[in-house]
Amino acid sequence: MNTEIIGIIITYVVTVLLAIPLAMYIAKVFKGENTWSDFMRPIERIFFKLSGINPKEDMNWKQFLKALLTVNLVWFVIGFGLLFFQAYLPLNPDSNPNQSPDLAFNTIISFVVNCDLQHYSGETGLTYFTQLFVITFLMFTSAATGMAALIALFNGLKTKTTNSLGNFWDIFVKANTRILLPTATIVATILIFNGTPASYSGKDSIVTLQGDGVQVSRGPAAGMIAIKMLGTNGGGWFGANTAHPFENPNYLTNAAESISILLIPIALVFALGYYLNRKKFAYVIFGIMTLFFLTFVSINVHYETAGNPAIAKMGISEPTGSMEGKEVRIGPAASAYWSIATTSTSNGSVNAMHDSLTPISGGVAMLDMMINALYGGVGVGFLNFFIFIIIAVFISGLMVGRTPEFMGHKVEAREVKIAALIALLSPLLILAGTALASYLFMQYPNADWAVKPGSWLNNPGHHGFSEILYEYTSSNANNGSGFEGLGDNNIWWNVSTGFVLILGRFLPIIGPIAIVGLLANKKYIPESSGTLKTDSLTFGAMILAIIVIVTALSYFPALALGPIAEYFSIY
Amino acid sequence: MDISRKHTRKLDLFERDLVQGALKQSFVKLNPRIMIKNPVMFTVEMGTLVTLIVTLYSAFTGDKSQGSVIYNFIVFLILLVTVLFANFAEAIAEARGKAQAESLRKTREETPAKVILSDGKMITKSSAQLLKGDLFICAAGDVIPTDGEIIEGLATIDESAITGESAPVIREAGCDKSSVTGGTKVLSDEIKVVVTTQPGESFLDKMIALVEGASRQKTPNEIALTILLASFTLVFIIVCVTLKPFADYANTPITISSFISLFVCLIPTTIGGLLSAIGIAGMDRALRANVITKSGKAVETAGDLDTLLLDKTGTITIGNRKATNFYPALGIDSDMFLQACTLSSLADETPEGKSIVELANEQLNGKKLITVDQKGMEFIKFTAETRSSGVNLADGHRIRKGAFDSIKNIVTSAGNKLPDETEEQVKKIASNGGTPLVVCRNEQVWGVIELQDIIKPGISERFERLRKMGVKTVMVTGDNPLTAKYIADKAGVDDYIAEAKPEDKMNYIKAEQAQGKLVAMMGDGTNDAPALAQADVGVAMNSGTQAAKEAGNMVDLDNDPTKLIEIVEIGKQLLMTRGTLTTFSIANDVAKYFAIVPALFMASIPALQSLNIMKLSSPESAILSAIIFNAIIIPMLIPLALRGVAYRPIGASALLRRNLLIYGLGGIIVPFIGIKLIDMVITMFI
Repeated sequence: MNTEIIGIIITYVVTVLLAIPLAMYIAKVFKGENTWSDFMRPIERIFFKLSGINPKEDMNWKQFLKALLTVNLVWFVIGFGLLFFQAYLPLNPDSNPNQSPDLAFNTIISFVVNCDLQHYSGETGLTYFTQLFVITFLMFTSAATGMAALIALFNGLKTKTTNSLGNFWDIFVKANTRILLPTATIVATILIFNGTPASYSGKDSIVTLQGDGVQVSRGPAAGMIAIKMLGTNGGGWFGANTAHPFENPNYLTNAAESISILLIPIALVFALGYYLNRKKFAYVIFGIMTLFFLTFVSINVHYETAGNPAIAKMGISEPTGSMEGKEVRIGPAASAYWSIATTSTSNGSVNAMHDSLTPISGGVAMLDMMINALYGGVGVGFLNFFIFIIIAVFISGLMVGRTPEFMGHKVEAREVKIAALIALLSPLLILAGTALASYLFMQYPNADWAVKPGSWLNNPGHHGFSEILYEYTSSNANNGSGFEGLGDNNIWWNVSTGFVLILGRFLPIIGPIAIVGLLANKKYIPESSGTLKTDSLTFGAMILAIIVIVTALSYFPALALGPIAEYFSIY
Repeated sequence: MDISRKHTRKLDLFERDLVQGALKQSFVKLNPRIMIKNPVMFTVEMGTLVTLIVTLYSAFTGDKSQGSVIYNFIVFLILLVTVLFANFAEAIAEARGKAQAESLRKTREETPAKVILSDGKMITKSSAQLLKGDLFICAAGDVIPTDGEIIEGLATIDESAITGESAPVIREAGCDKSSVTGGTKVLSDEIKVVVTTQPGESFLDKMIALVEGASRQKTPNEIALTILLASFTLVFIIVCVTLKPFADYANTPITISSFISLFVCLIPTTIGGLLSAIGIAGMDRALRANVITKSGKAVETAGDLDTLLLDKTGTITIGNRKATNFYPALGIDSDMFLQACTLSSLADETPEGKSIVELANEQLNGKKLITVDQKGMEFIKFTAETRSSGVNLADGHRIRKGAFDSIKNIVTSAGNKLPDETEEQVKKIASNGGTPLVVCRNEQVWGVIELQDIIKPGISERFERLRKMGVKTVMVTGDNPLTAKYIADKAGVDDYIAEAKPEDKMNYIKAEQAQGKLVAMMGDGTNDAPALAQADVGVAMNSGTQAAKEAGNMVDLDNDPTKLIEIVEIGKQLLMTRGTLTTFSIANDVAKYFAIVPALFMASIPALQSLNIMKLSSPESAILSAIIFNAIIIPMLIPLALRGVAYRPIGASALLRRNLLIYGLGGIIVPFIGIKLIDMVITMFI
């Protein structure tokens, strides 16, 4: 077996091996048990004291969501102001300008919602101040917000009958101090020692071998890149994201960052098992996610290492596989692995240009984001998966002749209604967004705001369609990666994706929390032999079928016109 | 009593006049105001309307951009038929339910009633004119005109018209069996009855109204499923609407009828079309089991039951105790003892007494030791004071049998000693769940008769079946805890309530419910009414009091206590049928995508020909095949919807696996085959 394949296998195995102890630790932290990180407690107390919060106060699902949404709104307003006025703020050695209102709108939403769709380039679009106090700050808080939502869901499932989902502030602060900060410190240290910059100086200038003078951007990037990976954020310090040699200097950092992408999302699935004491259920869920994940990885690795037939037709041999848009130090296999890791988890960082992926790989990356629950973003991945569980529970409950129930609570019309609406949301946002953009592209190709002369798309035909589809899919999934052929910094993309981002983030948080709040309020029903076991392989198969038939297939016509048509026309 | 029930009235699945009525109804139901109740089929109807407009448009303008007139017209026809099929499914289910209920109702219409007016005069009225509170009299040979409660007298009644059971039953004023049902016949004696329901408000009337669309309320699970199906429908509206700009981008014109075909194929029309039929059929199945339900919800709840409260007598044991053993006292000849037992019970008309005579004769095997002159016998009846019965023979010997302490009283007051071994024997029998009867002759103990409860054959298998379904069974009995435990163990129930008083049932139900369990019970007496009302499913016996029938949410016409078991299965079947057909319907989409999506794009993007994995011959035939399959699958599944998916108590996971394989995997494979076959047929005609 070639070393590239061995490399990604080791990377994945190490990720899972690290995720298990991390999961136990996460469960302990949120159960309130003693851990080694208790030395953070005084710091947490200071936060609570200063802000007058009682971290012991129980919140019902409505109060929980109110706290979650309000604090995100506050960050949105402050962050927008900072980006809009960044030129006047300190820590701007390169004298970068203010962001335009629509770009600031898109950027701040993008980071508040943990998406990190970037319609700017970090080197010129931001200052060190906004990189640190807007971008990096939000990378922590958005991940912690997702984690808080997930723990609330766990709390609702944990107790037989309860009103309380825990205290948002308590969970949120602990998610930062106990989980994100320590892990990010470790990853940042690895990066610094491998050459990622951590300097406050402005651009450096070097003279290349050709003798040209080149300005090289840098900055205090290492810490930001660590949380960018761990918090499934994905927004790069530099425009080229993780393909940039400063963000990802060598194969070792590439492996470390690949591990960081999946680490917390996988750990949170296992944490479900430890926290609720339903390990088997967690394994079933992990199994389904992994089945999809590994299938997708295999497909992409296959197509990327096999090379691009369009290039082969030109008589160019591709001994290392399809290298267009890829970094030589990383190679096609690790890039293909990354393309799935990043789209599975709503991370969205890229170490190769997805626009240059072979058609099927690009399509699989899109499909991965359309499902958006295979490990998924920190916290929110499982919330999305929870919607599939509810639908699967409902249908399979009926199939065994019993009113459906999940973890001892009846699933009735109200819960099904919420789950159905959330399940409806992704196709609505992705397809309606793509449809609007296709319509405008056909009818108004020369609108004032379109980037000229390339107008809209970098490529015509099926690939151009894929670019549009990818952009909305990525926005809805809060992923943030792009088929970067799109001229996307203009009012249409900034505003339309901005709205998709907000809806695609908060509704899928509100929905599951509301469901679990309603469920937790109901009478607990003890299990009997007539109760459907949700931790069985059969039930796993049911969830799998729901994901494939209900979700994936509804994108089939769109995918057929994009990547599938492109595939059949060049292969 | 036989545990397996006989179905007295059976209807063929598609009886001719039912089908004719249903066909007519299918068109009546096209009214959009009726259709809107079923969001899935409503959208299909709207789609049908649009294709009709397109057909007319292309016919009158000659514009071929939307496809040929013939093609559009065929699509329109198929879609119309799809809607009609769905309507037919509902109509036939309604018709069958109504026919079932009507056949029960017919028996009681236009029966003359001898009504007693307030001044004491008696006039004859038609049963239809009877009002609640009216009094009427029925003598031997009369048909009881309407439901009521006996306030005076006792009568034997033939209830076979309702229950199918030919043995007459006794109904008596002032006890728990005081209700009479319209349409049944008085065989002997005369009773005075008060009418308990207004005309048109009897349980049967309510049931008929439930089956008919008008007052049929959707059950909670049905509502939830409708929401889910509606949201799937919305997803596919989005998929189809957005496809228009996508296709424009790809320079692929798609005709309106193709869009609508894609949409209709993708939305869950199979389950959408059959959903209400399934619900109606559930109630219909209950009715065929001779159970009248007051709401569809009760049937559904029955499928979820966790705990069943069952009365011991009549449900778990055959109504009465039987003699099983004779134990003569020391020094008493066993044949002599047997004869004494026979003599003491000759006049005992109770089933226990008869069983003593029967068993003793069997053991005597024709031997007769002393000839007894029947003429001179003086039989002593059982009274509450003596608590014993017996006979004084012509030759002066006195034989008595009775409970241990009453015989003990007789023996010791005569100055005789009670043998120790008899006392021991009595204790032994009691601890084995039996009832000891002591026999004495001339105030000397002769021996002990053992009476045992006879557990119904097959009942423990039934409890095992319930256990596998996850239902806990609880035996309710007036027996002492020792006997109760013995019988409970032997019959295989999970728990028992001994020395039960009505409030004990109530408390047990409340305790179970507090743990989140759903409880069912069956009862007939007025004192059962609170518990029947408290239980999640309360089944009142038709022979029970009016109060009991009002309190419960089901009435069992057969008065068969084992009916609860059947009701649970009917409830489960109802839910399962919905679940499996939903799965089937959704699984069908896979094949339909592969039929239609390539068909839509093949013409302008030849590369997508590769997606045509079924190798359908042309885009038109692919689309037509898909919608034809979509339409005909509805009537093909009507029998399944009406009969219900068979329930097997094999545990939830095994059941899910089984149903997923049959309806999930089957749902994926069947349409591939079906669409391909239809395409081959269509190709022959094009």
